[in-house]
Amino acid sequence: MISSFILAFIVGGLICVIGQLLFDVANLTPGHTLSILVVAGAVLDGLGLYEPLIDFAGAGATVPITSFGNSLTHGALREAEEHGIIGVITGMFEVTSSGISAAILFGFIASLIFRSKGRP
Amino acid sequence: MDQKTYSQLEQKMSPKVPLAGNLIRAFLTGGLICAIGQGIMYFYMYFFDFTEKTAGNPTVATLIFIVMLLTGFGKYKKIAQFGGAGSAVPVTGFGNAMISSAIEHRTEGYVLGVGGNMFKLAGSVIVFGVFAAFVVALIKTILVKFGVVGW
Amino acid sequence: MVARGVLSFSGRPSIRSAAVAAGPLEKKKSRFAHLFDQFYDSELCGEETNEKAHSRMIEDACGLVLEKAEAMPADADFLLCGDLVNQMTPSNFAAANLHLPYIGLFSACATSVSSLIAAALLTEAGASRLTLAGSSSQHNAIERQFRYPIEYGFQKGPTAQWTVTAAGFAAVTPNEPGYPEIRHATVGRSVDYGLTDPLNMGAAMAPAAFDTLNRHLSGTGNTPDDYDAIITGDLGSVGSSLFRNMAKDEGIEVKRSKWRDAGEEFYGDDPSFFAGASGAGCSAAVYFSDVFKRLMDGEYRRVLLIATGALLSPLSFQQGDTIPCTAHSVELVMGEGGES
Repeated sequence: MISSFILAFIVGGLICVIGQLLFDVANLTPGHTLSILVVAGAVLDGLGLYEPLIDFAGAGATVPITSFGNSLTHGALREAEEHGIIGVITGMFEVTSSGISAAILFGFIASLIFRSKGRP
Repeated sequence: MDQKTYSQLEQKMSPKVPLAGNLIRAFLTGGLICAIGQGIMYFYMYFFDFTEKTAGNPTVATLIFIVMLLTGFGKYKKIAQFGGAGSAVPVTGFGNAMISSAIEHRTEGYVLGVGGNMFKLAGSVIVFGVFAAFVVALIKTILVKFGVVGW
Repeated sequence: MVARGVLSFSGRPSIRSAAVAAGPLEKKKSRFAHLFDQFYDSELCGEETNEKAHSRMIEDACGLVLEKAEAMPADADFLLCGDLVNQMTPSNFAAANLHLPYIGLFSACATSVSSLIAAALLTEAGASRLTLAGSSSQHNAIERQFRYPIEYGFQKGPTAQWTVTAAGFAAVTPNEPGYPEIRHATVGRSVDYGLTDPLNMGAAMAPAAFDTLNRHLSGTGNTPDDYDAIITGDLGSVGSSLFRNMAKDEGIEVKRSKWRDAGEEFYGDDPSFFAGASGAGCSAAVYFSDVFKRLMDGEYRRVLLIATGALLSPLSFQQGDTIPCTAHSVELVMGEGGES
């Protein structure tokens, strides 16, 4: 169990290091960086590589935004397996709805209670 | 001084981003967030009947709930100034992008402001995620149809 | 007129009074805070939105300037000011409440000086007995428009600058002995050196500041030694060292202590503000507190103010455009400070 925490820490940390390199070396905005990582996650799943990474690193692979791309592809492929080409379109959000629905829900709740503060 | 000389001077004189430090801080911050995620995952596995495969969803939702509090109390931007990509790349960064937009645009009303702007920053992630997933899944489905690869 | 864009004011309009209203962070962190006239307990200044707060600050600063000039709002002939919010609504709303003939001026962060120039011209033309000139910025309102939501986590690099919450205004009148006089001014050109990083504005603006300095000196025939200080607006630590280097490269040698930059000095050396302060309120707050006071106290006899502005918008940045910049200068002289 301790080792799973260490693996999550190291793998998650390394994915973030890639993000930081895209920030500082490639000079990309956060929007560009995150979009690239999501696409990377989707492609890795297409190659069948992301699921093994999750088995290996647990939250180290499911918490970074790359896993969002992975889940989208995963859902699409799962539906495609059952329903063919149509499933590619209908299956996308099968697996991954929790991130978006939680962000919408908590975003809205936050707008009800919080104000932004301009402090360094 | 012409443009070219100036841009050379500017390159020379502008302070450089502390790359090594930024990378280490990103590693530590991102790693810590993922380790916390691992802890939450175990929590859902031991106290609720989630499996290793299904515990990911409530974990993500819980992390975003924590981010809501951190964003609302003005702490997340301080974590981000320290951690850089370490706080932007995990799903917490995605949550922060949506929650901060929602809070910021509240003054324009709940429909036009909050509703209309919530995806202003995070939207591109969803768009490119969906489009990439579509292309990847389509290619794979076609390849399977022609018997090149299996599921 | 001595040279293109360089103005001489033979009537020598005076700055009769000056005032600054600033936000809570400025009260705590700015090294000029003891010279500011009014503070607010919160960034919202008791209003509903950041933009309304912005407007309130402008109104309050105008009120303070008039009070210090022993005048009523009805005594003012014009209000000339600007800010950085889209279509300058904070200035527009403040103008609506002040009921004064008003022209909104946009020179980004250089509006503190462009408004002084316009005020001096109206005074010189005999059209104004008292004109309120100034500019302002409110951190939250500007950040959310130009960058990201305030609570969005985004790592700023060492060249970034912090938009100040402040409004600085001056009352320009026909010549009154005992007050700083506006002798010369140079209207800046829009200078584009092809820089594109909106988080390194100082570097983008430095060439514009140098262009205006150069034109001002050659247009007026003055040398840097004629000034007690040459004070740029918000180049920050990165931009001002580039500016000094450019000047040195072109043979303009000035003692280090005479070069000042409002943005670099505003928050002292606090590293949480990165390369320093910026925003239309930054130069206005320093010019209309510290510089005005030093002139009144006789510490400065002749100063050159060069306010710099980056003329970009989020749209132009996203469309991949470069950042054109401008700088306007005005030369203030106290009493018998020379004949030119």
